[in-house]
Amino acid sequence: MSTAAPVEVEAPREVEHFEHDRPWIVIVWNDPINLMSYVTLVLQKLFGYSKAKATQLMLQVHNEGRAVVSTSTREKAEHDVARLHAHGLWATMRQD
Amino acid sequence: MFERGEGGGVELRLSREERSLLAGVVAELRALLEGAPGDPSLRRLFPPAYDEAEDESAYRDLMGGELLEGRLAALELVAQTLERERLSADEADAWLRALNDLRLVLGTRLDVREDTFADELRRDDPRAPALAIYAYLSWMQEQLIEALSG
Repeated sequence: MSTAAPVEVEAPREVEHFEHDRPWIVIVWNDPINLMSYVTLVLQKLFGYSKAKATQLMLQVHNEGRAVVSTSTREKAEHDVARLHAHGLWATMRQD
Repeated sequence: MFERGEGGGVELRLSREERSLLAGVVAELRALLEGAPGDPSLRRLFPPAYDEAEDESAYRDLMGGELLEGRLAALELVAQTLERERLSADEADAWLRALNDLRLVLGTRLDVREDTFADELRRDDPRAPALAIYAYLSWMQEQLIEALSG
């Protein structure tokens, strides 16, 4: 039995490590109120995206209903979501 | 209405009536945020960040106050600069966010959909006066975005 103990101790730590490493994604959802030009401008301003990249993401939100606008750690994702919320965009986050 | 100014700011050309209309809706939203932050028409200003209730509750505790304060500060700055002919970059940014918040709240109240403006509004539609204000604020925001992007 003594040999089993270290395995039991190790296993959860590895799972925890794995869970922690999975990136978080920030999703912007389509809504009928925010202007297309506004969504593009906010994505440029908050993420430093080029106008072309921001426009492409905005069109994806508009046509497909949602787009992943950033992928990062949980802390960074929460910061991004809060900044999107401050600008009135409908954003959520979840672990990828 | 808005033209690109120096240093990222904008030049403002608004009539007395337009400034007065803005003063009214800005004061109304400030009163609502301060007096009835749980009002259903404000829900689009505070969307959930997480699917999980526990995570969402923690996010709300951490960020809710800051998000509310930021919105009130932008509205306050618009109220202070309503009579101006020129806005700095920071002031123009506050106008942009405040106009968006006004549209989110009015649009939620009016249940605006993608096709709301596809057809001509009927004169006897009880929502017509408010929808006209919503459309005006949308047009104004679009002009400001154009001036800031130009």
